[in-house]
Amino acid sequence: MSLKSILSAATAMSLVAAGGAMADGHSKSLTIAIVNNGHMINMQKVAEAYTEETGVQLEWVSLEEGVLREQVTSDTATGGGQYDVINIGMQEAPIWGQAGWIEPLEFGAGYDMDDMLPAIRNGLSADGTLYAAPFYGESSMVMYRKDLTDAAGVTISDNDSWDNIKAAAAAIHDPDNGVYGACLRGKPGWGDNMAFITTMVNSFGGAWFDADFKPTLDSDEWNAAINFYVDLLGTYGPPGSEGNSFNEILALYNEGKCGMWIDATIAASFLDVEGVAYAQSPNAGNPVGANWLWAWAMAVPAGTENAAEAKAFIEWATSKDYIKAVADHPEFGWGSVPTGTRASTYAYPEFQEVAGFAAAELAAIESAAPEATDLKPYVGVQFAAIPEFPEVGSAVAQEMAAALSGAKSVEDALAAAQDAAVSIMEEAGY
Amino acid sequence: MAIVAHTSRFGKISRPILAWAVGLLFFFPIFWMVLTSFKTDADAVKPEFLIFFTPTLENYLNMTENYDYWRFAQNSVITSVFATLFTLAVGIPCAYAMAFNPSRGTKDILMWMLSTKMLPAAAVLYPMTFLTKSLGLFDTHFMIILVLSLINLPIVVWMLFTYFKEIPKDIIEAGKMDGVNTWGEVTEILIPLAWGGIASTALLCFIFCWNEAYWTVRLTTTEAATLSKLIEGNRAPEGLFFGRLSAVSTAAVGPIVVLGWFCQKQLVQGLTFGAVK
Repeated sequence: MSLKSILSAATAMSLVAAGGAMADGHSKSLTIAIVNNGHMINMQKVAEAYTEETGVQLEWVSLEEGVLREQVTSDTATGGGQYDVINIGMQEAPIWGQAGWIEPLEFGAGYDMDDMLPAIRNGLSADGTLYAAPFYGESSMVMYRKDLTDAAGVTISDNDSWDNIKAAAAAIHDPDNGVYGACLRGKPGWGDNMAFITTMVNSFGGAWFDADFKPTLDSDEWNAAINFYVDLLGTYGPPGSEGNSFNEILALYNEGKCGMWIDATIAASFLDVEGVAYAQSPNAGNPVGANWLWAWAMAVPAGTENAAEAKAFIEWATSKDYIKAVADHPEFGWGSVPTGTRASTYAYPEFQEVAGFAAAELAAIESAAPEATDLKPYVGVQFAAIPEFPEVGSAVAQEMAAALSGAKSVEDALAAAQDAAVSIMEEAGY
Repeated sequence: MAIVAHTSRFGKISRPILAWAVGLLFFFPIFWMVLTSFKTDADAVKPEFLIFFTPTLENYLNMTENYDYWRFAQNSVITSVFATLFTLAVGIPCAYAMAFNPSRGTKDILMWMLSTKMLPAAAVLYPMTFLTKSLGLFDTHFMIILVLSLINLPIVVWMLFTYFKEIPKDIIEAGKMDGVNTWGEVTEILIPLAWGGIASTALLCFIFCWNEAYWTVRLTTTEAATLSKLIEGNRAPEGLFFGRLSAVSTAAVGPIVVLGWFCQKQLVQGLTFGAVK
């Protein structure tokens, strides 16, 4: 085949395709920007019923988390209209709501707002106004191999002390047989290693910033927490932990290589090893608690011309009826329903039957405390709900990974992290 | 003499080995991507399944079930083909003028054109977003074709200029003597003589357009979204699911690899055009 004929064929194909594209009509439709989360992918199929019922066409645009944020902010800055519904996380919802980038949400009485888990609702609100409705929520907890702890003669309790967690990790650590005592996130990233590290620092009584929003990474609490983290994971963790985050540890756990894992509650639904038990996150005495809180939610960006239809869709997609629709869908069932949003989900016997982790997950979410306190002046457990946090968190994450890998001492890493955080915050005007 | 003979024998053995090594080095990531696309996400990160595993089409089935692959592919074909044609339509006359009727500023103009490639794309993200939305061209094939054309025009002009410079000016002059006008000089003399170079330039331009990911991701939503956006959208918040990501990537680069395979003769011919005089 000659190049000329290939180019001719391609051109002809393009013209036909372009003609087809132009011939498509435009009916009433909503453009929905989503992150590539399993529950959102499932929603595309379940929502076919919504289109049949309402006639509203749904256009789904799957985006990487960072690109989604970038697109939504640039869309807002240039007048909006690109998307009618967007996925956002708990870190952005209150900030964007207060900035007027997303619209406040109010639903009818049938929505049963009181059924929404209070911690999740508070995390997605600012000044009492809900700005994003959750389709999936999570906290963190300990997932451990009870067969191993029983064999070693140790126990792990709810809100255990870190010293006991370390003792349990030491007891079940058996690297010769490929079992590591503790698997924890080490890969650098504000949503990766820093999610776990922040909860640990919280539990040691530390926080990211003081009341004046000056970074406090040079505090004794940070020093104690990071030394403990590096020691625990360095001694009883799998090799190369500085490259491990959720997916990598999930694979290790399912291979039977992790005796204990402290991570997102959603992980429990992916575990396929026998003898897993759950406990609430460890604590070193912080009255606030140390289990994190996160939700992926749906919001209506300011500037959309289809705000009413967008809110109606969100009301349906985050309702009790939607959860039942997923459970009744022939391709899904109770094992696939989005969890962590509504109390009523956990009351279904069918759900309890397929989700052995349900009670522990609900307890973890309900006890999470994202609100600002005397101990931390910002909203958020494993993050600070301020616009500068992703940059600060990412810079600090690199230093913590360096400390874990041994490239730097904990003291040097914390000093460098403090300098970076101070620089970013001062530049931001704090 | 003995040293020369030894070197020659060494060269005969080492050069093919080196060529194979370099070839395998470049091919390995593609091989690995294709291999991983047939693993489950769980198997993809397990060391014991590096080479030997139970292959599955699960990732490809998920891709076609959950995403409209053919719409993304159609948009990639439309934007890449028309951007390449438009770039050549502008680039050939431009390179012709600079090669056969150079002025004192020709070299400076060429350098200036190339310097536009040095501008970080992110620096003009907001102006471009604002402009395309103001003109009502956001998420349209036309805008993506225009952007891809402008991005690749400097490289295309440079490449064509280099090829055209290899053609003896006397041939063009002879055409003029025979009464051929400028249009005829380009279509009847220049293009047939430089066909190999033009073909390889077109192919490279097409590949660049197909693989472009910054603007095609950011200036589209649904109507004009290309395969780059499909790949981008498969990066999950929980991390990289290598199995499914490899399947999407394989499906995205597949067409361009096949095209390159069929056109490799023209590609090599064009790239070596004028290399040996």
